[in-house]
Amino acid sequence: MRLSRTARVTLGVVVAIVLAVVYLPLLIVFVNSFSTSVNLTWPPPGFTLEWWGKAFQNPGALEAIGTSAQVALAATAISLALGTLISLALQRYRFFGRDAVSLLVILPIALPGIVTGIALNNFFRTILDVRLGLFTIIVAHATFCIVTVFNNVLARLRRMGTSLEEASADLGAGVWTTFRFVTFPQLHSALLAGALLAFALSFDEIIVTTFTTGSGVTTLPIWILNNLFRPNQAPIVNVIAVVLVLVSIIPIYVAQRIAGAEQVQK
Amino acid sequence: MSSAATPHVTAGVPQPRDTPARRISVFLSQHARVRLGLLLTAPLFWLGLVYVVALAALLITAFWTVDSFTGQVRTEFTLDNIITVVTGSLYQTVTLRTVGVALLVTVIDIAIALPVAFFMAKVAGPRLQRILVIAVLMPLWASYLVKAYAWRSVLAEGGVVDWMTAPFGGSSPGYGLPAVVITLSYLWLPYVILPIYAGLERVPDSLLEASSDLGAKTWRTMGSVVMPMLWPSIIAASIFSFSLSLGDYITVNIVGGANQLLGNLVYTNVGAANNLPLASAIALIPVAIMIVYLTAARRSGALENL
Repeated sequence: MRLSRTARVTLGVVVAIVLAVVYLPLLIVFVNSFSTSVNLTWPPPGFTLEWWGKAFQNPGALEAIGTSAQVALAATAISLALGTLISLALQRYRFFGRDAVSLLVILPIALPGIVTGIALNNFFRTILDVRLGLFTIIVAHATFCIVTVFNNVLARLRRMGTSLEEASADLGAGVWTTFRFVTFPQLHSALLAGALLAFALSFDEIIVTTFTTGSGVTTLPIWILNNLFRPNQAPIVNVIAVVLVLVSIIPIYVAQRIAGAEQVQK
Repeated sequence: MSSAATPHVTAGVPQPRDTPARRISVFLSQHARVRLGLLLTAPLFWLGLVYVVALAALLITAFWTVDSFTGQVRTEFTLDNIITVVTGSLYQTVTLRTVGVALLVTVIDIAIALPVAFFMAKVAGPRLQRILVIAVLMPLWASYLVKAYAWRSVLAEGGVVDWMTAPFGGSSPGYGLPAVVITLSYLWLPYVILPIYAGLERVPDSLLEASSDLGAKTWRTMGSVVMPMLWPSIIAASIFSFSLSLGDYITVNIVGGANQLLGNLVYTNVGAANNLPLASAIALIPVAIMIVYLTAARRSGALENL
């Protein structure tokens, strides 16, 4: 199919407009983080660095970032282990109920957030009778993060095939040795990509979190929600948002480098 | 995979020592079902205990009731909540509104994602392609709340939209359902672009060339070659935007004015009203809608693409 020049240019213009609209709100957040107005009037009446200074000394925000990082790390670790196990089982074996298991992995993310949220809230409070807090958030986040690791590892296992593992077994390697030295090294980058997504998903999650957090545990999104409508805090929220987007360039860059390096190897 | 201890071992490869670990390994390599069992135990235990039990409990709680004097949940079977939710005009209106918003958001996102994904996959060179993937991914890392809040300030009276459209006599739609649809479409767009892009990447260029060599014009190639291969990806993408919109209650609070979606009703009943049984009954509405949606999606093979 050869697209005409007009068609290519039109498509290019559409993409440019869409990207402009996608980045416009982010740009406004950036500009507003320097604005002297506390209720976000446009155009900004003046320039100030006050919020940037205050944001880095705000104990609530810094503590919330710490809590979110803790939750995201724990949830990512759990979902890495469980996601890898389940993708190995589903990709390498045929068994009764296989479709049901694959649906079960997808379900926590395919069902709306309020459903997962209220189901877990009800489960923790009325059935297990545990106090809502850090632990319950981690359990909830790990449950819906499994699918991101699962997807990445499953796709990798499909491409890998089993011939290398069979060769390893034929040469006398045990089950564990084969996994450790043959399967796992090939999964490396898929695991990293899955972990990055899981971390990002957990770090930004708000709907399930509002249902599973207890008093005294404030993740970053909850801190932002609590401060969004306070006139003197909203500009600090803008600063933190800008910092997060800037920091996020690092993992995205790393992920792209890995993907790029793998394409060169092929 | 056969066991290793065969008489064909050559002089260079020493016989493995017969340790307990070795014996377990040999046993495992001969018993595929045991291996499968070990792989599945932990994940199924987690998902079964945490998720299936929680969903089942949600279903059961919907049939319980709250004592109006003590505020405690009474564990007696009653259909009251279900009847309230099915026949109450408030719930019917809010359900229709929520489904309407979710469908509209999904249609808008797919309409925007198709040309963007096509340009990324089939028109852009490898360098531009990588830049575009990053450009689409990056907004995902910006906080959901901050993006919703950014739209609040964009659509505010005297905000950017007013400022830009005022010279042409236009004005911002203000806070309400249109603002909710705009903001949700914005938030879920990357989740819709990426699966469609991945689907297009799997359509080989040679097929497109073959189609044009056989005389098909661009539109014919799109309709007869690209779209049939792309359907599962489009449906997979729609699951994201539809389900995420169906379960959202925070964007509505930020840009929706006084409007309520199903999520708001669930949240108020869990928190302020402290009526967990009624909240569970309301939450069954999106569950039912998603079951219908996922069953339809399964037929098309889209779940493999999630």
